[in-house]
Amino acid sequence: MKYVDEYRDQRAARTLADAIRRTVTRPWTLMEVCGGQTHGIVKFGIDTLLPDGVRLVHGPGCPVCVTPVELIDKAVALAQRPEAILCTFGDMMRVPGSAHDLLSVKAQGGDVRMVYSPLDAVTIARKNPDRSVVFFAVGFETTAPANALAVRQAARDNLGNFSILSAHVLVPPAMRAILSAEDCAVNGFLAAGHVCTVMGYREYEPIAQEFRTPIVVTGFEPVDILQGILLCVRQLEQGRATVANQYRRSVTREGNAAAQALIHEIFQASPRKWRGLGEIPDSGLALRPEYAAFDAEQRFGLAHLAAEESTRCISGDILRGLKRPNECPAFAVDCDPEHPLGAPMVSSEGACAAYYRYRRDEQPSAQVKG
Amino acid sequence: MCLAVPGEVLTIDESDPLLRQARVSFGGVVREVSLATLPEAQPGDFVLVHAGVGISVVDADEAAQLLEDLEQLAELESLEDGGA
Ligand code: SF4
Repeated sequence: MKYVDEYRDQRAARTLADAIRRTVTRPWTLMEVCGGQTHGIVKFGIDTLLPDGVRLVHGPGCPVCVTPVELIDKAVALAQRPEAILCTFGDMMRVPGSAHDLLSVKAQGGDVRMVYSPLDAVTIARKNPDRSVVFFAVGFETTAPANALAVRQAARDNLGNFSILSAHVLVPPAMRAILSAEDCAVNGFLAAGHVCTVMGYREYEPIAQEFRTPIVVTGFEPVDILQGILLCVRQLEQGRATVANQYRRSVTREGNAAAQALIHEIFQASPRKWRGLGEIPDSGLALRPEYAAFDAEQRFGLAHLAAEESTRCISGDILRGLKRPNECPAFAVDCDPEHPLGAPMVSSEGACAAYYRYRRDEQPSAQVKG
Repeated sequence: MCLAVPGEVLTIDESDPLLRQARVSFGGVVREVSLATLPEAQPGDFVLVHAGVGISVVDADEAAQLLEDLEQLAELESLEDGGA
């Protein structure tokens, strides 16, 4: 496929790996912020091509994984209502809430439907005027335009039976939270290419400067990721810390203006609780007051639901880059995709799912470098 | 979650400007996609699509530049190998 195959070229990958090897003189820890990159790294074995000193840690880059358990419980409570149709991306089906997941609610007769786009949920609302259709709007900035478009369309068409449960998160505040932690070990970031496709990368410039940490906007294919790593370690070796853009074919500094305008028309920044990172100010998106009628939490009075995270799942440490999945005592022992203890084991971009799929048989010590 | 796939715009239906619905081919598989946030996209462009919505037009020049940069890097590396 055009714009995919050429970035999986093995010769190019080897060239980049050689260049990285020649560049690096000291150990560096880089964090990739996107779960799609995590999967690419583990699937193609990109970490195994790197010199010993370069360690990749996996960040909070999976929106499903950072969704706190109480939001899952809210979606479950909605799905259990007989008048409701709960629509969601497939990734959310198996994420454990404190008592149930959406798949088990569906098995017990709840009307839970997997959709490819939030616009599909709007269509379902139009076709089922006597039912209440809720879209579980999980995602980073990448997904916000689609969710905003769904709300705008429902508002225009006066669809009184459509609402969203907003579980939106924003990446820059989380990067700040990670860099501000005392035990932060991250020297450089590979920023999530598709988030920046929408938002551009101006927001990252003050972060790179303030924390003296290079940030390289990076794509998802092996060649992209290796080039992102090269650009990042070059800066580190030269003592520089700026924002660089590896993913120029899709990302500009300003981002997609029409998409940003749409997001701001429908949503405003709000405080958000992240699994593993706690509450971060202005790190979520809530519907603007003008669109409050489309807010499922308000419509169904769910605001009071609160829940504690499981104590056995160490996904908080994994999402902050402090541990890797196979360092979790439950990994592949009590926690697997069939019986997950935490979201990172079931989300298609979860780090634990990636390690389970591609690295199950390796000892943790074999991969921990640097 | 943030997966976005490049596809080629075949046709655009402007009858509902809010949606700017298009038919986009992903290696032969054709899907309906909204280009509401890509007012500049035209048939023949490659667009990145996420959750049914186009989020950027792939810049063909930049894409070619990256591959060129890689060629140069490969030459440089082979020179260094020769010298080592
Ligand atoms: S392996 Fe399971 S229990 Fe351990 S961090 Fe991952 S999801 Fe949580």
